[in-house]
Amino acid sequence: MTERVPILRIRQVLLVSIQTDLDDQDVLLLQDDLAQAVVDSGAHGVVIDITAVEIVDSFVGRMLATIASLSRLLDAQTVLVGMRPAVAITLVELGLSLGGVRTALTLDKGLRMLEDDRVERGSEGTAPDAVAHA
Amino acid sequence: MTGPSRTSEVLEITTTAGVVQARQQVRVLAQQCRLSLVDQTKLITAASELARNTLVHGGGGTMTALLVEERARRGVRLSFADHGPGIADVDLALTDGWTSGTGMGLGLSGSKRLVDDFVLDTTPGEGTTVTITKWGR
Repeated sequence: MTERVPILRIRQVLLVSIQTDLDDQDVLLLQDDLAQAVVDSGAHGVVIDITAVEIVDSFVGRMLATIASLSRLLDAQTVLVGMRPAVAITLVELGLSLGGVRTALTLDKGLRMLEDDRVERGSEGTAPDAVAHA
Repeated sequence: MTGPSRTSEVLEITTTAGVVQARQQVRVLAQQCRLSLVDQTKLITAASELARNTLVHGGGGTMTALLVEERARRGVRLSFADHGPGIADVDLALTDGWTSGTGMGLGLSGSKRLVDDFVLDTTPGEGTTVTITKWGR
């Protein structure tokens, strides 16, 4: 059965909260949907909430790393929030450190991280940024 | 060898939904066995990796799951069996980062680290059986 994970938009940020045990097809679907949503919305950030996720195996781990790199290519930053301690311990032992994926403990902190990024990028030179987003 | 103390459950793994079912079945057993939350998470993650291997590399197969008891300790034992091509070079297959296909090459080597006992039995051309056990503390 195909389960589509909803992608919510809050201003310039896309929010995905994984609430069910997804099969591999659903995971790939989410990856594609999210890439499309970044382009369609012009969002500058993506937050993936895994508070409810009980395990992250190498397949899901690879999806998270892929979303982080492809959203970067599409001019958006990804933050992973809400990882459970047991999931973190297991991921490290499994051998997946998710080096390229930024994390925050809570949704609130993740959103703030993206906001700070944006301010920083804006202050680096208003003119080129404005051109890039025109 | 430990005698199985309970009747075992056999689950067919022939679709990606089968991998999800395997995770759910293992979660129930891990809770019955009163594994700690971290140990439950490790076992379910290892089961997910091995169930996917059974599906993707073995062309489908089964997971046999049971609670075992040995010298006053309890554990969960899972056996993943397929009749796929088998593994020609076991040492290579257990190396981190080595992959035969689309994965990250952490399925076998990673799941071995997540459990207490890990037995790999494979014959090229006939199939592969991986049996893992996680013991309660």
